[in-house]
Amino acid sequence: MQNMPWWALILALLGLFLLFQILNNEDYHRAFVFLLAGIRLTVIITLTAYVVAATIGLIAGLGRVSDHLIPYTISTLYVELIRGVPMLVQLIYVAFVVVPMGISAINGLGGWILHVPALAGTLHGPAQWMVERSIRNVDMTTRGIIGLAIGYGAYEAEVYRAGIQSIEKGQMEAARSLGMNYFQAMRYIILPQAIRRVLPPLGNDFIAMLKDSSLLSALAVRELTQLGKLNRASTFRTFETWNTVTFLYLTMTVLLSMLVKLLERRLAID
Amino acid sequence: MAPDTQRATRFIQQREKNVNEPAQEPIIIVESVYKRFKRVHALSDVSLTVQQGEVVVVVGPSGSGKSTLLRCLNHLESVDGGRIIVDGIHLTDKATDINQVRAEIGMVFQQFNLFPHLTVLENIALAQRVVRKRGDEESEQVARDLLDKVGIPEKASNYPSQLSGGQQQRVAIARALAMNPKIMLFDEPTSALDPEMIKEVLDVMLALAQEGMTMVVVSHEMGFAKAAADRTIFMDEGRIIEVGVRDQLFTAPTHERTKLFLSKVLH
Repeated sequence: MQNMPWWALILALLGLFLLFQILNNEDYHRAFVFLLAGIRLTVIITLTAYVVAATIGLIAGLGRVSDHLIPYTISTLYVELIRGVPMLVQLIYVAFVVVPMGISAINGLGGWILHVPALAGTLHGPAQWMVERSIRNVDMTTRGIIGLAIGYGAYEAEVYRAGIQSIEKGQMEAARSLGMNYFQAMRYIILPQAIRRVLPPLGNDFIAMLKDSSLLSALAVRELTQLGKLNRASTFRTFETWNTVTFLYLTMTVLLSMLVKLLERRLAID
Repeated sequence: MAPDTQRATRFIQQREKNVNEPAQEPIIIVESVYKRFKRVHALSDVSLTVQQGEVVVVVGPSGSGKSTLLRCLNHLESVDGGRIIVDGIHLTDKATDINQVRAEIGMVFQQFNLFPHLTVLENIALAQRVVRKRGDEESEQVARDLLDKVGIPEKASNYPSQLSGGQQQRVAIARALAMNPKIMLFDEPTSALDPEMIKEVLDVMLALAQEGMTMVVVSHEMGFAKAAADRTIFMDEGRIIEVGVRDQLFTAPTHERTKLFLSKVLH
């Protein structure tokens, strides 16, 4: 009796109950149909932002273990800066400060190129394009994705750093003693082992990011949570709406965490 | 009897080589090298030359600096003072491309340090492709030949974790040899092995010595020193205390500290 996963059973029953409601209760059904587009956008946002965050994280993680002052300083500054600010504030900051600043910088760079005779001839097209960029070209979904990616990149950086540092020192020494340079040793010896070790935490961060994508509702991005708000506002069916939203998030995260556990077990055998 | 004959043959070969290329520079020159870890002097005023084809065995208590000396020879450790010249290249010179030098120096570690995510064959082939820019076929052929040489051709597609310690160390030797090094460094290659596996590794090393490979070996294996060493060096507290020709250090030590140490190691 003690070993039975009662919690899983209760969760499954609750899920079945909600599913039954969605299929039979009109208010639940209407909420579900309305929210479907939100699920789609939530998944797209999470996948895109995650790929970017994993890339930023890898680069910053390599910087964190670097012996060189400049990459180490830049990546450490980035990690410490991000980890000290709430995710919601980060998203707002990126959407309304970082992205507009980036656009101005691109405008400025384009304008500068057009003023330099040596460059203006060959780079006229791209420079013109850069000058014409406007903040209106970057929608809130894109800004939200950029914000999530920058925010999670810092956490992924620490995951990669821990993974790299968990590989025995002898591996790097053996690779270097064969004449490989630092980057070859990283590429062929350290990273393949480190990434295998950090796949479970990377998977968990994917789930965390899926949940944090709900914060994009603060930017009025029409993802799942935002559509929940809209549905409640138009139907006044508060319980039905938020029950359905919660049910949908839980379904996604429970399935994903099962996938991560499977992955973990698969890797443990090797 | 056999080792003596081999040594004689090698001596003659070296002689011939010396006639062809007179007054050869030593392949390794260590000039009054200092190395400090925090407050500990790991090496103080260590000088040593090794001729091409010479086998030098280094013994000494733990913390005597023998491993540090070995690791300085391929710049896994940087030195704080003095000069190290390997094959005419100054390791201590900032302009030196250390990767190029390292490819010429094979190193075998106490803990093998095989790459666990690669098969035995890939372990041996990888650096050939990445560093020596050999093709897939060539590097694989070299790897298979070397596996034959170290006596485990059937393990090519196994992963290191599926091998015994002795087999792993033989793969590690093959991996180093695949780069066609001019020098091989051995850092206590048999210390992490179960007793019954020591011989298979020493046999490979012995064969290598007989082929005329320049070797610097940190090891307390007297059997190996007897059979292969041209010189044996005793180190203590970061200094070279005594140097003996062949295995004289073991049979007739002159220095008190050497005697004391040997009385503890040899049974």
